[in-house]
Amino acid sequence: MTDTLDTSSVIGRPLRRKEDAKLLHGRTNWTDNIQLPGTLHMAIVRSPMAHAKVTKVDVSEALKQPNVVAAYNAAELGDLNSVVPCVWPVTDDTVMPPFPALTGDKVRHVGDCVAVVLATDAASAEDALAYVDVEYEPLPAVVNMIDAISPGSELVHGDATNNTCYVYDLGGGYEDELAKHSDVVRVKRRFVNQRLIPAFMEPRAVVAAPMGMSDEITVWTSTQIPHVLRVLLQLVTGIPEQNLRIIAPDVGGGFGGKLQCYREEILVTQLARKLGRPVKWNETRSEDMVATHHGRDQIQDIELAATKDGKFIGLKVDLLANMGGYLQIITPGIPLLGMFMYPAIYKMDAYQFQCTGVFTNSTPTDAYRGAGRPEATFAIERIVDEMAAELGMEPMELRTKNWIEHHEFPFTTVAGLTYDTGNYEAATAKAMDMFGYHELRAEQKARRESGDPVQLGIGISTFTEMCGLAPSRTLGALKYAAGGWEHCTIRLLPSGKVELVTGTSPHGQGHETAWSQIASEILGIPVDDIDVIHSDTGRSPYGMDTYGSRSLAVGGQAIKKAADRVIENARPIAAHQLECSANDLEFANGAFSVKGDPEKTVTLGALAWAAFAAHNLPDGVEPMISGEATVDPEDFSYPHGTHLAAMEVDTETGKVKLRKYVCVDDVGNQVNPMIVEGQVHGGLAQGIGQALYEGAEYDSDGNLLTASLADYLIPSAADLPSFETGSTVTPSTTHSLGTKGVGEAGAIASTPAIINGIVDALRPMGVTDVLMPASPQNVWRAIQAAKGASA
Amino acid sequence: MQHITVTVDGTEYQSEVEPRTLLVHWLREGLGKVGTVVGCDTSNCGACTILVDGQSVKSCSMLAVQADGCEITTIQGLSTGDDWHPVQTAFKECHGLQCGYCTPGMVMSTVDLLTENPNPTEEEIRDGIHGNLCRCTGYHNIVKSVKYAADLMGGSK
Repeated sequence: MTDTLDTSSVIGRPLRRKEDAKLLHGRTNWTDNIQLPGTLHMAIVRSPMAHAKVTKVDVSEALKQPNVVAAYNAAELGDLNSVVPCVWPVTDDTVMPPFPALTGDKVRHVGDCVAVVLATDAASAEDALAYVDVEYEPLPAVVNMIDAISPGSELVHGDATNNTCYVYDLGGGYEDELAKHSDVVRVKRRFVNQRLIPAFMEPRAVVAAPMGMSDEITVWTSTQIPHVLRVLLQLVTGIPEQNLRIIAPDVGGGFGGKLQCYREEILVTQLARKLGRPVKWNETRSEDMVATHHGRDQIQDIELAATKDGKFIGLKVDLLANMGGYLQIITPGIPLLGMFMYPAIYKMDAYQFQCTGVFTNSTPTDAYRGAGRPEATFAIERIVDEMAAELGMEPMELRTKNWIEHHEFPFTTVAGLTYDTGNYEAATAKAMDMFGYHELRAEQKARRESGDPVQLGIGISTFTEMCGLAPSRTLGALKYAAGGWEHCTIRLLPSGKVELVTGTSPHGQGHETAWSQIASEILGIPVDDIDVIHSDTGRSPYGMDTYGSRSLAVGGQAIKKAADRVIENARPIAAHQLECSANDLEFANGAFSVKGDPEKTVTLGALAWAAFAAHNLPDGVEPMISGEATVDPEDFSYPHGTHLAAMEVDTETGKVKLRKYVCVDDVGNQVNPMIVEGQVHGGLAQGIGQALYEGAEYDSDGNLLTASLADYLIPSAADLPSFETGSTVTPSTTHSLGTKGVGEAGAIASTPAIINGIVDALRPMGVTDVLMPASPQNVWRAIQAAKGASA
Repeated sequence: MQHITVTVDGTEYQSEVEPRTLLVHWLREGLGKVGTVVGCDTSNCGACTILVDGQSVKSCSMLAVQADGCEITTIQGLSTGDDWHPVQTAFKECHGLQCGYCTPGMVMSTVDLLTENPNPTEEEIRDGIHGNLCRCTGYHNIVKSVKYAADLMGGSK
């Protein structure tokens, strides 16, 4: 067991954020704010059709329009029309169709890129789009996954034999295990985990500029992954890596949607290179809805088997996962991030998993907050409730009977993960207490007995997830192209102030504050004297960026290690100044002192100056003091928690009200509990959004019907209640700070809690599932279908 | 081109604008008031909210020419220098922002809400800011921020 820090001092305090002064005064630097002299603005001709042959793309009239400088179709862009990379072929035979930034032969989703126009101002570029002459020969759109894999389906990629991208078969021996039992109860369901749109508030924007005397091309982009993007852009554009500098300025949210190497980033970079001047592209929201990758979109066939007395035997999962029209950075791998999580917190003997990736004429899918784990958590928590109903057991009791008990950790699950720690009993007890679980059950009973048209349901989600991506070896074994380490460099400046360079890339998570807290705790230097440098490959050369709830879980460990090294690197200089042996020094509160002689002391700040002046350093010690560390995590981190939702459902109209939401999350040690709580709140809103409001919908021609914020309902303040959040602290034993990831927990846990609550309210009427989003219409339909079935 | 005279954050500006120019684009590109941001193209998100003659307006839903003769306050003019408006203080204190992109609009809407209703209930707050979308906070701490701002401004006394 590794040591965990004492969280009584700087770490563990709800410090107000350093980031906020500039954000609250409008002193911000969004990519769209960047205006370089000579900038050309790029606008994109996007396909209005989901599937069509492109027979003509003529830009000549567009070139004649005012202020237009250049325009290109795919052929005219030639070698600069680089392909969009996919770095995660999940099987040896994953079909990886070419994905050029501009398509030349066919369009494969509404919003596909056909041509670009560049003008000296954005409005002129936009105006000139109408003059690009494109002829389409419409083809039948492949929209529905089940149709897509049926024999004879139209093909999204013509040179393939079918629309299957891959079949990932984990195997598992489910039936063999069941055969050992005589009293097997099986519950089988098909769940639809609908398509979602990340809808971060800042639309994407990219600026690229050749930087004068050097060969450097600087790319400012609203991304979560400046470091990964640099590697990918050099790979696909051929621009030497050392000449690419990627900067993510202020970034307005991401949620996985900015974890990408987008077509537009490639085009802007290549065009700046070709034209020798700055090029800028700014996304409209309507473009964002069709061009930024989507998330989720799985059809889940799931079967849970238990003994009659409610002991789980095994789980079988068969997924159809919608890839969309092309593969983006980790499109095929998203369902695999869920693969490990279907068995969740439960003990069982068999687990069988298969996933088929399917191409359709839709916007590509990829990571969206939780990425694979929300889908898994939804399916398992829903099917556990269905099993409870089948067995006539109280759903929490069934969970208690099957979950891993706190004394059983570390525990290796049937999916092969080893959870280091957890205490599901403690989190659940606290959540039930905060919720008033038994009182609400009593109210539910009373409403059922009185035949109240508004029924009460209690939704449960007892979840865990794997995050903190990730041990590099594990990623390699899964055929993911890169690693999962994180880097930190801490430099003492001559003034005694500190530069902390991190490879994480925040876009709302408050890293500047939290990372300062970690370094402050270890170095004994005030939080305000620590400047966190991030998101610029020129100033922070090494990093793996921010996604998968990894920044604290992995990056935090790098900070701790780098800070520890700063102290060790300062120690010989301190010993020299204090004329003692290095072993006789102790370090506390930012200063070295001689053991047994506390009067003899020197601060880190004073040593920083001494190491800078370098007049009197011990032999062999180099000037300046810094510490660097690159940490590859020992394992994923496994936050967990219990989420409870009280749902009121009007059985006459289908209208649903979330009356109360309680959650207790265990994310291990907390660096800044205020930020932790904020992360949970935001995750909840997105998970509840999936359950109640959101859903990207296509018509049968492949048109996105929810292509604006007027049509795609992201919840407003009026659509949500305040939440009651709590926590338990079971420190991770595989992470040096005892922390676990928190960024995705709320989004992962909340969706099934809401739907379980609605189904629980309606179960006496025979309802066993409700399609998401649980709009009044979908709930009403479920009620009518149940009535019809019982009639 | 049309001539307009608009006072923005206390300074009077004279400008020639294309009649089709949206107020938000004129503020950002014409004046460099980039604290005000654009989040959508359907007037749903409210990120571009400013005060026009003291009333909150989504500046993407107004043309620059319509602002002729008006007095505008943006997030950059809400307080001067290192000063903090109570609403700004409250948002920081209650962690009412994460990425900060919706924040300029959310703050300006809150200023307007508290002018009209100095002591709003939670329901009135949620209703009052429902034209401003936030994807990070789940609104929980925004609602707290608005309540706290009301306290700071003396509304609940």
